[in-house]
Amino acid sequence: MSFALETASAGHKNLRRVAIEPVSRVEGHGKVTLLLDEHNKVHQVRLHIVEFRGFERFIQGRPYWEVPVMVQRLCGICPVSHHLAASKALDIIVGAKQITPTAEKMRRLMHYGQMLQSHALHFFHLSSPDLLFGFDSDVAQRNIVGVAARYPDIAKQGILLRKFGQEVIFHTAGKRVHGTGSVPGGVNRSLTGAQRNALLADADQMVAWSREAVKIIKELHMQNPALYDAFGTFRSNFMGMVDTQGNLDFYHGGLRAKDADGGILFDNIDYQGYDKLITEEVKPWSYMKFPYLNQLGPETGWYRVGPLARVQTCDRIPTPLAELERQALMAYAAQGGGALMHASLGYHWARMIEMLCAAETVRDLLHDDDLEGTDLMVTGERQREGVGVIEAPRGTLFHHYQVDENDLVTMANLIVSTTNNNHAMNTAVREVASKYLDGHEITEGLLNHIEVAIRAYDPCLSCATHAIGKMPLEVVLLDAAGHELDRKYKQ
Amino acid sequence: MTAKLKVATVSLAGCFGCHMSFLDIDERLLPLLDLVEFDRSPLTDIKHCGPCDIGLIEGGVCNAENVHVLREFRDNCKVLIALGACAVNGGLPAQRNHLSVADILQEVYCTGHGLAQGSRIPNDPELPLPLNKVHPVHEVVKIDYFLPGCPPSGDAIWAFLNDLIAGKDPRLGHALLHYD
Repeated sequence: MSFALETASAGHKNLRRVAIEPVSRVEGHGKVTLLLDEHNKVHQVRLHIVEFRGFERFIQGRPYWEVPVMVQRLCGICPVSHHLAASKALDIIVGAKQITPTAEKMRRLMHYGQMLQSHALHFFHLSSPDLLFGFDSDVAQRNIVGVAARYPDIAKQGILLRKFGQEVIFHTAGKRVHGTGSVPGGVNRSLTGAQRNALLADADQMVAWSREAVKIIKELHMQNPALYDAFGTFRSNFMGMVDTQGNLDFYHGGLRAKDADGGILFDNIDYQGYDKLITEEVKPWSYMKFPYLNQLGPETGWYRVGPLARVQTCDRIPTPLAELERQALMAYAAQGGGALMHASLGYHWARMIEMLCAAETVRDLLHDDDLEGTDLMVTGERQREGVGVIEAPRGTLFHHYQVDENDLVTMANLIVSTTNNNHAMNTAVREVASKYLDGHEITEGLLNHIEVAIRAYDPCLSCATHAIGKMPLEVVLLDAAGHELDRKYKQ
Repeated sequence: MTAKLKVATVSLAGCFGCHMSFLDIDERLLPLLDLVEFDRSPLTDIKHCGPCDIGLIEGGVCNAENVHVLREFRDNCKVLIALGACAVNGGLPAQRNHLSVADILQEVYCTGHGLAQGSRIPNDPELPLPLNKVHPVHEVVKIDYFLPGCPPSGDAIWAFLNDLIAGKDPRLGHALLHYD
């Protein structure tokens, strides 16, 4: 399946290559290449994911209980997502049909703490410079240092929101990055009263600052609808997880997808059967795969996940302040005449609503005495196969494992959040390239427009590089003395 | 006021966890900005490393592009630091070193679970050349300091940078030195 501007037609010779390398202020390794003719007309635009690490293969042969701590090394920004998605898949394998209330609440607290820190990091540290200074503002200022100088209060709130989320993770997982709190069948720790009180002391402030953050992005969006509604905008399907009542739930639920007009494509699907819903396509120019919904096929079955998808696929958000903000976003979208918001920059707005939901949820959970419970683990009838799904900060995350009678992993399949958005991000960069760059002298500021479109999706390109690729050429790595250290794989 | 020290950072075959741990210095980032300025880093839009005082390398070396970027950092940074387990010894990605790359590729892109029929291994020239093995950074360039941990804690990074900025030879005490 190939789309407009994905591949330049063979008839055009002498096209000029322009590369954005690396894509910056995102997590992970990506680059964008453009092919332009002598009139700067855009003929091809591609977002390439250029790294490859091989997690799905090298965890095979490892004992299953190592998996939650191994696979979180896919990503240092959202390690908790992989830690928990793997734990959920392995709950099934150890026969833990229902984990204990303490275990589920500890995991939820860890996960919502992560949602808070990851969304804060993305908005304040990575994306806010574009939104506060302008897409083609001075490159020397267009970063968190520039924000700290010009808007010190905003920068400080961002740093402290992230810090609070990291502290929640520290107390529930044992470390801020790559903790060990969740295990197959439950958790290995609970909280003390002192830990709860330490976190509760700051919890209301975090809710207040999260409301401020929603206000900032909502006002930016509403003050400049010509930009925010149109930039990198295209219609698509959306997918997210909801609980049995249709509430937004980041930790557990069934899968729901809507079409571009808001019609339900499927609902309340048990994710153990995810592989009947989704197929992954491989394209020669990226190590990241392109998933699509089987019921629609590769041409129209691609979809978006993450904040804008979740906020619009759920019926409601179960915390009151975030729910009011969800209603405001939906009302704004309806005002524009559509059932759903399709603007890429709408992701920032939805992301801050989710951060508010996470802050409210963390605060409410901290009042629950089950967090100090001592009943941490369950086991049951051992199974050979399990699927774990979680709504990670960047979208729906699938972990699927098979384990043999010696407790060793024999199969692993991961569809990470950012992979689900691969087609959407490529569509966004093609849309922006044809609208803003086509026929113009290419400047740094114009190229940053492409990155702004990618950043809206908060891609986690490290997560997306769990696969491994090869090249048809050969390269030899020599040390300083000229001795061969390594030779690249040759096809 | 003396000129700020220039700091460049990069993640090669890493997970960005060491960069996250660097940000775990939390609000201490603000006073740090009075002492240093960032050159190339995932936090800025500077795409190539210029002359710098301090270079922080996260991640090992898994492809030709990593080699290229690492050498650019060595050429430009007075002091180069291997930050975290992957840079120090290859880390978790080096678990692929006992496997054949061809087998991994075949499984992930051709025979794996849930793939569209006829899927082939990506081979576009824009994709960098992978190496047979993942290497620690000191096998490719000279490294001045090694900071272990997966990741090193924010406090360890803070103590290390403070010593370095003050012109002292950095020493982590027992409490800050860990390998998990």
